[in-house]
Amino acid sequence: MSSASRPPGEPGLLLRAVLALLLLAAAAGVALALVAGQVAPGLSGAVAAALPDSGASNPVTAVLLNFRGYDTLLEMAVLTAAVVGVWSLGPAPRIRETEPSPVLLGMNSVLIPLAPLICAYLLWAGSSRPGGAFQAGAVLAAAGVLFIISGRRPAVHLPAAPMSWGIVAGLGVFLAVALAVMPGGRELLEYPRGLAGALILLVETAATVSIALILAGLFIGGRPEDEP
Amino acid sequence: MSSALLYAGAGMGLLLVGVWALVLRAHLLRKVLAINVMGSGAFLLLVGAGAMGGGPVDPVPQAMVITGIVVSISATALALALVLRIAYATGKAALPEDRERDLMDREGR
Amino acid sequence: MSTWLAALPWMVLAIAIPLLGALAAFVQPRRAQVIGLSFSFLTAGAAVGVVLDFITLGPQQHAVGGWGAPLGIDLVADGLSILMLGMSAVVGVAVSIYARAYFVPYPDKAPRFWPLWLFLWAALNALFQSADVFNLYVTLELMGLSAVALVALTGSGPALWGAMRYLLVSLLGSLAYLVGVALLYHAYGTVDLTLLAERADGGLQLAVPLGAMIAGLLLKTGLFPFHVWLPPAHGSARAPVSALLSGLVVKASFYLVLRLWFTFVPEGEGLPLLLGCLGAAAIFWGSIQALRQKRLKLLVAYSTVAQLGYLFIAFPLAGLEPQMAWSGSIYLALSHAFAKGAMFLAAGAIMTQGGHDEIDELDLVVDRMPLTLAAFALAGISLAGLPPSGGFVGKWLLLESAMAQGKGIWAAIIIVGGLLTATYVFRVLGFAFTRSEHHHERHEVPAAMEWTALLLALGAVLLGFVAPWALPLLDGVLP
Repeated sequence: MSSASRPPGEPGLLLRAVLALLLLAAAAGVALALVAGQVAPGLSGAVAAALPDSGASNPVTAVLLNFRGYDTLLEMAVLTAAVVGVWSLGPAPRIRETEPSPVLLGMNSVLIPLAPLICAYLLWAGSSRPGGAFQAGAVLAAAGVLFIISGRRPAVHLPAAPMSWGIVAGLGVFLAVALAVMPGGRELLEYPRGLAGALILLVETAATVSIALILAGLFIGGRPEDEP
Repeated sequence: MSSALLYAGAGMGLLLVGVWALVLRAHLLRKVLAINVMGSGAFLLLVGAGAMGGGPVDPVPQAMVITGIVVSISATALALALVLRIAYATGKAALPEDRERDLMDREGR
Repeated sequence: MSTWLAALPWMVLAIAIPLLGALAAFVQPRRAQVIGLSFSFLTAGAAVGVVLDFITLGPQQHAVGGWGAPLGIDLVADGLSILMLGMSAVVGVAVSIYARAYFVPYPDKAPRFWPLWLFLWAALNALFQSADVFNLYVTLELMGLSAVALVALTGSGPALWGAMRYLLVSLLGSLAYLVGVALLYHAYGTVDLTLLAERADGGLQLAVPLGAMIAGLLLKTGLFPFHVWLPPAHGSARAPVSALLSGLVVKASFYLVLRLWFTFVPEGEGLPLLLGCLGAAAIFWGSIQALRQKRLKLLVAYSTVAQLGYLFIAFPLAGLEPQMAWSGSIYLALSHAFAKGAMFLAAGAIMTQGGHDEIDELDLVVDRMPLTLAAFALAGISLAGLPPSGGFVGKWLLLESAMAQGKGIWAAIIIVGGLLTATYVFRVLGFAFTRSEHHHERHEVPAAMEWTALLLALGAVLLGFVAPWALPLLDGVLP
């Protein structure tokens, strides 16, 4: 592309050449690091050995909510911080009110009642199969998004206070559980024997509700109108 | 082993494409997309490189990728909301050239 | 301290308390100011708890979930961690007290500031204590997102641009870091720093991931030539936010560079020399740009670019005198957090008073705000490295290390950089003592804003006196 035809703000040929060289060098480095030298066996053995004590039979769920549950706790904090950040930019932009198409409304009347059902199944399946809080919450949030784009905007008409309580519930319950197991000489997030499964389900349920509300809250792109 | 290497290589490819677009494209939506392509590349690399040892599937990189995806969704959401606000405030969804920014700095404080 | 208080898990609380505070301030927006300030004090208290535990019991470790590495994630508080935690506690409390007064005229901004700042603080405390490279990635992202949202809080076009650029750079840096994490796990089967240090054996398998991670972190630290995002973001944010970004956030990614460096102790002279040269370039470029700025906050932001350069001078000097060079660099980072925090707070007070921050229209501001001007001057003394400030101790250690090795060129760079710093600080002070042609409307500035800036600046000077007690904390951390 000649420099005359490129859109304003896009850099020129020299920068492209330098960037291409840098990227090729980086790619070569990564390729060498991948192919040359040893490959470590990884942690599948350690996970399998500890799985019976983890409170989940799916190894990925066990890693997410038990062995590396602290990552997931901070991940919930990232999600919550993102919605706090998006809401801090200003009130939600008004979506133009138009008459929703009958196709959309018809589809909604089928899909939206199904969403909580699928959500509950995914949440439950998460302990033994692929699934879990994020997938379940995303399905529920999708139902919320369908609502919003069909002109029924519960997130904006709903009072902000209950929504914000729902948004913080996931991280709040996770933190409360993580701290509540500590008395008696245990570490943060060290579930007592036998209680791990129940506590993980509690954490996941709260997380599902929050994830759904957070994703819907991110979708509306700003804070609900009655939030001060 | 070989399919794991294929995944890792594809991840590296996506990373390169992503960086390229991030640096060279001016429209902010494209930059946000570029970051997402890069993110997918990094996650693919994480799973692919983690599986090159063979043996049973290692759940640790997979769990890390799930965490990473949620983090990336959060960042994307914030980025898109910022793009919208920039478009409302300035009428275009691109970062300013230095000259424009100096002008804004002087006028806008 | 009573026994039950001493038995509390301070390391965990230093992360959990600010998270709870963020949630509480978010759900109670009308009471966000009170909640935010209370939780700031509690967070600082928890950080002090970690510091006291370290002083009485030595380095602390906490295996989250009870699993321990490599399956679980370990938290570690060693000398370097507690210095950073303490730095965040002091700067954090000062900024919080300042912010409560600052945000009174902005009732729509205050409920937004507190949750984001407490999320940021939780991320910092988590980052300084994590011993797991993947967990560190999550803390980096929590820190980055809350910092970006804090910049955007200003709401103006330049602030939104600044926030956007900052977000893109921050994400690019994080992904480079994540590529490094993937390669480390591939090669060594763990993401725990202690185990990695045992298993890493050098060669390409270590060099490539380490290079990717350090490159990503340099981008986030804003080392020259990766600094272009920094002045717009730090300069357009609200004053308390600028103080946090320049004081603490850039230190977090620098801390992580040091942590990786101390863990893996890379061989060879090329990379240290390159980092040192970039540091030197940052000192000159940042100082010259600071001299050219018309607006006070941009001057202070470019000064951050310059002062960050100093932190990297230690890399080429660490070959023969590692203790002295690293101590100097870390002490400079601490002093810069105090001094630059104070300087941004003072700039914010001046801006509140006059409604603008044009340097050549400061118009005898010294008559109206002697405390704030004193804060600015004291912070400037520490930045320029004049005795007896903390900045002096840091620069002196670097100088001594350079002279002991006969590397006079680095010594010259350190001294010339100090002169340039003094020049731009005195340029501001000069205009503060002269009358300008235009007259601006004047507003009341709450005393809390002036006093916190002054106390933080005094802290930067006092750091010079506590060096004999602070520096030995680093024993056992430095390579």
